[in-house]
Amino acid sequence: MTPETLPETLPELAIDLTPTLIVSTALATRDFTPVHHDPAIARAQGSKDIFLNILTTMGLVERFVTDWAGPRAVIERVDVRLGVPAYAGDRLTFGGTVTSRAGGRVTVRVHGRVSLGDHATGTVTLKEDGRC
Amino acid sequence: MTDPLHELADKQAALGEVRGAPAPDPVNAPMIRHWLAAMGDANPVYLEQGVAPPAMAQVWTMDAPRDRSPVDDVLAALDDAGYTGVVATDCGQTYHRYARLGERLTPATRFTDLAGPKRTALGVGFFATWNVTWYDEDHRPVAEMLFRVLKFRPPEVGKPYPLQPAVNQDTAFFWEGAKQGELRIQRCADCGALRHPPGPMCPACRSTARTHAVATGRGTLHSFVVHHHPPVPGRELPFVVGVVELPEGVRIVGNVVDCPIEKVEVGMPLRVTFRPMDDRLVLPLWTPEEA
Repeated sequence: MTPETLPETLPELAIDLTPTLIVSTALATRDFTPVHHDPAIARAQGSKDIFLNILTTMGLVERFVTDWAGPRAVIERVDVRLGVPAYAGDRLTFGGTVTSRAGGRVTVRVHGRVSLGDHATGTVTLKEDGRC
Repeated sequence: MTDPLHELADKQAALGEVRGAPAPDPVNAPMIRHWLAAMGDANPVYLEQGVAPPAMAQVWTMDAPRDRSPVDDVLAALDDAGYTGVVATDCGQTYHRYARLGERLTPATRFTDLAGPKRTALGVGFFATWNVTWYDEDHRPVAEMLFRVLKFRPPEVGKPYPLQPAVNQDTAFFWEGAKQGELRIQRCADCGALRHPPGPMCPACRSTARTHAVATGRGTLHSFVVHHHPPVPGRELPFVVGVVELPEGVRIVGNVVDCPIEKVEVGMPLRVTFRPMDDRLVLPLWTPEEA
């Protein structure tokens, strides 16, 4: 992958936030907090439904960027500003733009949006062809 | 700052880095495979090279026995002071390298900062920030995380927002939409013309048959005033009242929020946001498109 062929905008990634996805990612990240798998408890605490946990948000940001950058990319840093909750039944759509590229190091500005607004915005820094 | 909350925060920060219990399991392929499947991540590099996805750093120590960390005392003190609400605002992770199969990580937590009290959309609150570093068996850092939460004083439960809209048969659909996160615009069921504010009759064809459309939630600021005086119950002064032009072709009045007042200008792109004001009322408000 050469700098010339890298597109400046990342292909969009839209993820349907099914209850299965929210529960399975919460468990895969070893997060057993009830608001991530029990709708009755989530609603009793004032939430609309169960919602994505933060470890999953970080994982999906990473997946979004490596889906585009490919298996040779090595992620060095992920900074995320957390926004509105990503509830079951919603759809989380990631978009991104390359903001800098120098010495094999690429910085990508990322946003993940749901119907309520920005769920996550931030930057990811990676080496295009690095040793992990 | 000499109040007890900041005093405690300074004391906890002075403790420096406090080590937690090591991960109960070494970095292992079954947990990585499970994580990749759940995330829908098809990147083959991890299992091929025997490394963990870096975003899994915290996962390895989620099941570790929880010792009391320097953060817990600060959060408990905030709870006691009435700042019982919590919402995470920032998560930043730095990866020195990817963790390898077979190694066992140990977390260490450092309380770094308490800022506040500050006024936020959720209520008055404090931002608490801490860092966690995961070390390998040679005590070298593998990954670091900065984590920040807002601990806020929730609006008094059951206390109604003092400015309630007049909800009637003409307008109920609009407020019902706001509760569901939809910006609804009344539409004539005969000629299809959109109109706002809602009313009983179409000004274009005089039909009383009506339905509604759901707006995209984008708009531009057509005009605005900054309200400095007199005080308004339930509102912090000053605040911005805007007239927002929707691409659908109608204008709607609403507050512009999450934007310094000096940055508010005619023509700025806006996006609707829905804010619960009390147990029953949700108001559509407007934030800068790039906020």
